[in-house]
Amino acid sequence: MKLTLKIWRQASTGEAGTLLSYAIDDVSPDMSFLEVLDVLNEQLIARGERPVAFDHDCREGICGSCGFMIDGVAHGPLRLTTVCQLFMRHFPDGATLVVEPFRARALPVVQDLVVDRGALDRIIESGGFISARTGSAPEANSILVSKEAADRAMDAAACIGCGACVAACPNASAMLFTAAKISHLGLLPQGQPERCQRALRMVDGMHDLDFGSCTNHGECEAVCPKGISIDFIARLNRDYLYASATAGREPIRNV
Amino acid sequence: MTPATELKPRPANRRSSNRLAAFYRTTVGKKLVMAASGLVLFLFVITHLAGNLQIFLGAEKLNEYAALLRRMPELLWTARTVLLVALAVHVIASVQLVLVNYRARPVHYAVKRDVETNYAARTMAISGPLVLLYVIYHLAMFTFLVTGPGYNHDDVFRNVVLAFQMPAISGVYIAAMLLLGLHLYHGVWSLLHTLGISSPRYRRLRRGLAPAIALAITAGYVSIPLAILAGIVE
Amino acid sequence: MSLDPKVPSGPIEQKWSKHRCEMKLVNPANKRKYKVIVVGTGLAGGSAAATLAQLGYQVSCFCFHDSPRRAHSIAAQGGINAAKNYQGDGDSVYRLFYDTVKGGDFRSREASVYRLAELSMAIIDQCVALGVPFAREYSGYLANRSFGGAQVSRTFYARGQTGQQLLLGCYSALARQIALRQVTMHPRHEMLDLVVVDGRARGIVTRNLLTGAISSHSADAIVLGTGGYGNVYYLSTNAKASNVTAIWRAYRRGALLANPCFTQIHPTCIPASGEHQSKLTLMSESLRNDGRIWVPQQAGDARPPSAIPEAERDYFLERKYPSFGNLVPRDVASRNAKDVCDEGRGVGPGGRGVYLDFAAAIARLGEDVVRQRYGNLFEMYERITGENPYRQPMRVYPAIHYTMGGLWVDYNLMSNIEGLFVIGEANFADQGANRLGASALMQGLADGYFILPYTIGDYLARISPVDRLSPEDRAFRQTEQEAADRIAKLLSAAGLRSADSFHRELGDLVWNQCGMSRTAAGLQHALARIPELRQEFWQSVKVPGSGAQFNQTLEHAGRVADFLEFAELMCRDALDRDESCGAHFREEHQTPEGEALRDDECYSHASAWEFTEVGRPPLLHKEPLVFDYVKPTQRSYK
Ligand SMILES: Cc1cc2nc3c(=O)[nH]c(=O)nc-3n(C[C@H](O)[C@H](O)[C@H](O)COP(=O)(O)OP(=O)(O)OC[C@H]3O[C@@H](n4cnc5c(N)ncnc54)[C@H](O)[C@@H]3O)c2cc1C
Ligand code: HEM
Ligand code: HEM
Ligand code: SF4
Ligand code: F3S
Ligand code: FES
Repeated sequence: MKLTLKIWRQASTGEAGTLLSYAIDDVSPDMSFLEVLDVLNEQLIARGERPVAFDHDCREGICGSCGFMIDGVAHGPLRLTTVCQLFMRHFPDGATLVVEPFRARALPVVQDLVVDRGALDRIIESGGFISARTGSAPEANSILVSKEAADRAMDAAACIGCGACVAACPNASAMLFTAAKISHLGLLPQGQPERCQRALRMVDGMHDLDFGSCTNHGECEAVCPKGISIDFIARLNRDYLYASATAGREPIRNV
Repeated sequence: MTPATELKPRPANRRSSNRLAAFYRTTVGKKLVMAASGLVLFLFVITHLAGNLQIFLGAEKLNEYAALLRRMPELLWTARTVLLVALAVHVIASVQLVLVNYRARPVHYAVKRDVETNYAARTMAISGPLVLLYVIYHLAMFTFLVTGPGYNHDDVFRNVVLAFQMPAISGVYIAAMLLLGLHLYHGVWSLLHTLGISSPRYRRLRRGLAPAIALAITAGYVSIPLAILAGIVE
Repeated sequence: MSLDPKVPSGPIEQKWSKHRCEMKLVNPANKRKYKVIVVGTGLAGGSAAATLAQLGYQVSCFCFHDSPRRAHSIAAQGGINAAKNYQGDGDSVYRLFYDTVKGGDFRSREASVYRLAELSMAIIDQCVALGVPFAREYSGYLANRSFGGAQVSRTFYARGQTGQQLLLGCYSALARQIALRQVTMHPRHEMLDLVVVDGRARGIVTRNLLTGAISSHSADAIVLGTGGYGNVYYLSTNAKASNVTAIWRAYRRGALLANPCFTQIHPTCIPASGEHQSKLTLMSESLRNDGRIWVPQQAGDARPPSAIPEAERDYFLERKYPSFGNLVPRDVASRNAKDVCDEGRGVGPGGRGVYLDFAAAIARLGEDVVRQRYGNLFEMYERITGENPYRQPMRVYPAIHYTMGGLWVDYNLMSNIEGLFVIGEANFADQGANRLGASALMQGLADGYFILPYTIGDYLARISPVDRLSPEDRAFRQTEQEAADRIAKLLSAAGLRSADSFHRELGDLVWNQCGMSRTAAGLQHALARIPELRQEFWQSVKVPGSGAQFNQTLEHAGRVADFLEFAELMCRDALDRDESCGAHFREEHQTPEGEALRDDECYSHASAWEFTEVGRPPLLHKEPLVFDYVKPTQRSYK
């Protein structure tokens, strides 16, 4: 196959960027999209040019490192798939594709297709945990969790933190990511004691990090490689409402 | 270059003194307020439609209804206050959120394809203000009677018919009703979701229900000017 | 140098509790005066950093990923072992201990393995408390499955994403400590060197990958949880950025590196599809619970699998190992797959593959049950290969997956360098010459949650935080300079070949000569070739850009440079160990049935190598392995 990629090139945060066009021949349908970029980078290095920067690690769709926009869709056209697991057999020969980084104020471009997703970590740090001191845990089977709850919690917990939801959201909102974490922990009995504080803290955290608000577009769910459902967003809203009505905000303490 | 991760402030670990302020401060809080006020406005739109449709029952019925309302000033003014507050809150919150969302993506995509969302959802911030403009115009016409072809407080039926017999006014109304429909097409679905009325089981139902409601409301309203223009109601 | 493993005396069941009692404690009021550096945020590093911070130490934590949550542990699919005996099928601490020592082909340290088995249960408790959504039965109790190399069902799992869920559990605990300012997290920071002064680890030198800034960090103790070095083979199931740099740099500063030739091959990976292949994808071992492995009986049989009648298929594992069947340990399964492919009976492109067939399972259990158990793995397979495994058998082939070797540590997880602790896959560990499935996650978390936090206290209680060096100290400045020089050298090499192409060439070489089976001649060939390749690398590598910016090519080049040195040690170790054991299969040493033939007389030891100089042979130190409880036998899975 032959391909033309129009790739966003930007040397560093704050510098201006631009779309540059690259023609790549000998693309095999069995290559992943990242392997196409590998091939391109080999060519660029051979020409002494700066290779295209893109984040990646596991290349199995689980670490959440990879991710960029292909023709305006986060992680590309195939649903439930990260770019590292997106194989070229899904593209027509001779296609021209526009490749851009995720864009949001909260996810500034580091270089080319690499963005800084530290803000997602900040959201977790603001309250996405159960405070269980190492060693304090009771015997595991003393906490029963219905299969249904465990399965739902797992559905939410499957989030890989890739940031595609933010990238796709017309408002650059991190609601799906945040809702997934709140729901994962809130669906489990272990997560109940801190459920209200978690909702309050994480929503506060998200707010303080330059993300937009959710207006229920549903774009996030459509591009989420793990199929996280926006029903979890509704759950977050409920939890936040309930928490606001019943609890005041408490700081995180180390006891 | 300073690494961007270090630029980002850690979220403040705050203890709130005022729960309501803290609630409203976040995007989710504002959003919930939008939905609650939207619900009030939505309920008004339905009641108002029910009242207006009495036009098809003839002049007496409609005028009786208008008179009835005026005979219960407490109720009327309570309703008006709630409505006004809801509208104000809805508008303020929407402006705040639109600004937040605008700031959240300073650099736009060269190419962006929407997969799931629709025109109505994307244009909420346009359909909403236009509806507001319409409401102002509408109040001027039927409530304050400062515009339009000479009205009479006690004959609502005549006011409406006279106005809608002018194609220009009917045209404005029909356009406004369509905008309202557009606003509600996404608004109703959004409302249910925002208020957390959501369970995977009812999802398909809700996705279908919301547009159906929007459509019904629009059709109901549009039928009035159309009927008058067509001479069905005189 | 004397290699004292510092194993406590007494019966094996009491060693750890006795030791815990005997260790010194740091006065709670003093804890905050001590500073600990943790490099790595995988299961090992993440759990250690979170726990140390809870205890009150000041922790600085580093990872090269953009977020601690992306450490390679996230990719583990299958599960984690624990001797809970929830199934009532005869499991016990002793049995898990026994299975692990035997699975490791008697090349691990008994006392450490026992402790691991003993702690396995507390790990599950802790993970559940942190909200890990393990699979449940309808009753609400925890579910288990069986895994290769064991006859009991002791593996806990969260769909096919166990590693992810365990990691998110400890990442969330870590995030909490970051929020509390107990941990200072440095993502996108790569450790480039260890600073050792007078035999004591004093700190590290790092490069900020975003800005290129090189800086020093000083502490009272350094913990490395930097994962395995499987990527020396280029193609492996490891994440692309996994590397040997941290432990290699420590080795060059005097830490002993033990058993580097113990590298594990996973039998069920998706075969490479062509030249462009950048990594291999593992299909969880759990698939072997219901999938049957076979190849055609006839070499060169090119018919599609469905056209090959039952009678002309060879279910070679079931045939050769009637009691374990498809569930034999990884090394055995891998080698057998290689053998049938070498006989020309392999399937798929290049004849490098065997079938993993679910037709029987689908017939027996129904497609729904199979989908429930393996749905996401099947999807993954289909996504990558474009073939539907519900309709036609999967093709799988072995690939490098895990590395048992690593920095030598004593019972306290401290290396021979004072104050340098090594945990998780980065140490030479408890897995011996072969790791059983689902025991790496267990080891990482045991080290990080339950062992290191005690043993490091014992060390810190003996030193004073007042002695901590300033990062302005000469030793740091000098190490920084060396790191900067190395980077400058990489950038100034005047070639036109990418680091990646060298990495591929090296990988090819070690896979062929030091992979699934090894010979003296092959290893000698590799040992001759590696230094040449290294020289070519430094002459003709091309690294565009500068060091003072985000530069992924530079990062990779630095890692490849270290692999090029490390590979030599790995081959040397493989050559030195003139026996077969576990995953280390020297063709010269096999039983008549082709199984690994150990030489307990000469090689019942861990080989710990000491660095001398690049190009000069390292020194070998031996830690004798004594087996008081599990008597070494010829492993048999018949
Ligand atoms: C595909 C796959 C599936 C697996 N499945 C299972 C399974 O089912 N069950 C099981 O028990 N085991 C499994 N394993 C093995 C297991 O996942 C690993 O052995 C284990 O997770 C290693 O954990 P770790 O904490 O030691 O290291 P890692 O998780 O690899 O973490 C390494 C950390 O160190 C950091 N780091 C490394 N070098 C540097 C440096 N120079 N500077 C700064 N930071 C650095 C990285 O950023 C990372 O945070 C699997 C492995 C693979 C490859
Ligand atoms: C065909 C469509 C409509 C007709 C015929 C109509 C008619 C009227 C009339 C006659 C009144 C004056 C009642 C009175 O003062 O006695 C009125 C008031 C009002 N209408 Fe409408 N209306 C229509 C659509 C709408 C719509 C779509 C909205 C809102 C989006 C709306 C909002 C209002 C409001 C806010 C008032 C003032 C209510 C009050 O006095 O408390 N109307 N309308
Ligand atoms: C009769 C008038 C109105 C009704 C019935 C109405 C109804 C609604 C409803 C139900 C929602 C959804 C709330 C949610 O998401 O939970 C909504 C959203 C919104 N409305 Fe209105 N609204 C009206 C007027 C206005 C006006 C006057 C404005 C603007 C000035 C406005 C702007 C918006 C905006 C920006 C949104 C957010 C978009 C979104 O949530 O998707 N609306 N409205
Ligand atoms: S919710 Fe989905 S899209 Fe968003 S970060 Fe998680 S996995 Fe990525
Ligand atoms: S796309 Fe954005 S608006 Fe909400 S539903 Fe998803 S976060
Ligand atoms: S590289 Fe890990 S998810 Fe794509």
